[in-house]
Amino acid sequence: MIIVNKNHEKVITMKNVSKHIRLILSTFLLLVVVTSCKSDHSKNTEHELAAYQCPMQCEGDKTYDEIGTCPVCKMDLKQLENDSKALETNEISEESIFNLTSKWHTEEGNEIVLEDLKGKTLVMVMIYTSCKAACPRLVADMRNIEAQIPAENIKNVQFALVSIDPETDTPERLKAFAIENAMDGEQWTFLQGTDSGVREFANVLSVKYKEISPIDFSHSNIISVFNSRGELKHQQEGLGVNNKETIETILELTK
Amino acid sequence: MTTKIFSLFLVSLAIQSFMFGQAKDMAVIEGSRYIPLYGRDSTVVEVQDFKMDIYPVTIEAYQQFLKENPKWTKSKVVKLFADKSYLTNWKNDLEPNDAINPKSPVNYVSWFAAKAYCECQDKRLPTVDEWEYVAMADETTKDARIKPSYNEKILAWYEAPRTKENSVGETPKNAWGVYDLHGLVWEWTLDFNSVLITGESRKDMDNDNNLFCGSAAINATDLMNYAAFMRYATRGSLKAKYAMKNLGFRCVQDIKEETK
Repeated sequence: MIIVNKNHEKVITMKNVSKHIRLILSTFLLLVVVTSCKSDHSKNTEHELAAYQCPMQCEGDKTYDEIGTCPVCKMDLKQLENDSKALETNEISEESIFNLTSKWHTEEGNEIVLEDLKGKTLVMVMIYTSCKAACPRLVADMRNIEAQIPAENIKNVQFALVSIDPETDTPERLKAFAIENAMDGEQWTFLQGTDSGVREFANVLSVKYKEISPIDFSHSNIISVFNSRGELKHQQEGLGVNNKETIETILELTK
Repeated sequence: MTTKIFSLFLVSLAIQSFMFGQAKDMAVIEGSRYIPLYGRDSTVVEVQDFKMDIYPVTIEAYQQFLKENPKWTKSKVVKLFADKSYLTNWKNDLEPNDAINPKSPVNYVSWFAAKAYCECQDKRLPTVDEWEYVAMADETTKDARIKPSYNEKILAWYEAPRTKENSVGETPKNAWGVYDLHGLVWEWTLDFNSVLITGESRKDMDNDNNLFCGSAAINATDLMNYAAFMRYATRGSLKAKYAMKNLGFRCVQDIKEETK
């Protein structure tokens, strides 16, 4: 976009020069527009100010913008973790899944990007609705986890079930699946992506899957918990395993 | 005015055709059906016609990509998409270390970066099935897997040190006209995460355990194809943000149907 503007300005200032040059310029402009890659405008947090704090916290939570020593105990100031910075600035950190820009359809037919889920603790799993073997147990695990979260915490949790079979699992089908499994409440979201979006998402979660036949996939059984900024906090792997740690993580994050 | 527009049109045509000249660096791969070493339970898979880069992406080409897409430089890349080793052999954002041969294949790149590179050129990464399909050719035969010489050569490469520093295009081209599928670096594939070879394959109820343990080699479609076994094993252990010394990539492109 910037390129366009720049050249556009150029074109205008050149107005009085011969039409010839304008033509060449606009050809050039056209080519630049045609050939330049579309670069995603993902969030960059690199300009974020680093914050430093006394390791002994002599002055409480007070932070400094520069490296130095603590005026009280004279210890070197330590740079604060990204985590707390992100909390203050509300920016997306580099580890956040909200860096993914792929588009998804919910079971309600809305188009969203993952960043739209920002603000709540996210519990995510990859399934497909025609699955007869592992998924019902994964879904049961999700329900089991949900049932153990107290009501005051639930309002800060979003459970998302992402389909690895976007061709079959249309929003309509996902909606029907949600109703059938009594997972149609506010706290549940079902997502249909694109082939490439799903592949990318699975890679972020380290989930492996492959199509065995048009209606059958094999896949890893992983339930992932993200904090409200989309940073991975916990992964539980396997079927029917103890959900204790997952639940503890969720309770911790929704305190 | 009309002549001017016409000449403009000609100029843009000339430039466009110059740009499409790059397509010469791709070979047309005629699709077919074949049995990969580990396909869908060792059954036939079908590969459509597609075009494949004849060389792996070089350091030089990747440098150009970084200039145009600074968000993939090593200081700016988002941590979600590349681990700490990403471009670790580059001295700064835009320049590789001095000792590096610019014509050698780019390495220390993550799957996300490789994917972005290809998409930027309106291409994509090859699937495992596509890659293996082209890679089973030797200089003369499109499926050379039964030839002892085919496997011997690949295994000799696995043993040879530092081949990744060689320039692309120096190994003999295969029957499709594609170079360096074996001999320099391993390559990323689009769906590398479809190889379930890790612990999960035991926990899940899938039929891939023949992929996993020692007996797997005996069940493999082609006992000779130990080299391919190693490639699948590597893919099964990768994560998309990994950047590794002996792992590069090349792109492919679907052949668009003229009439739809």
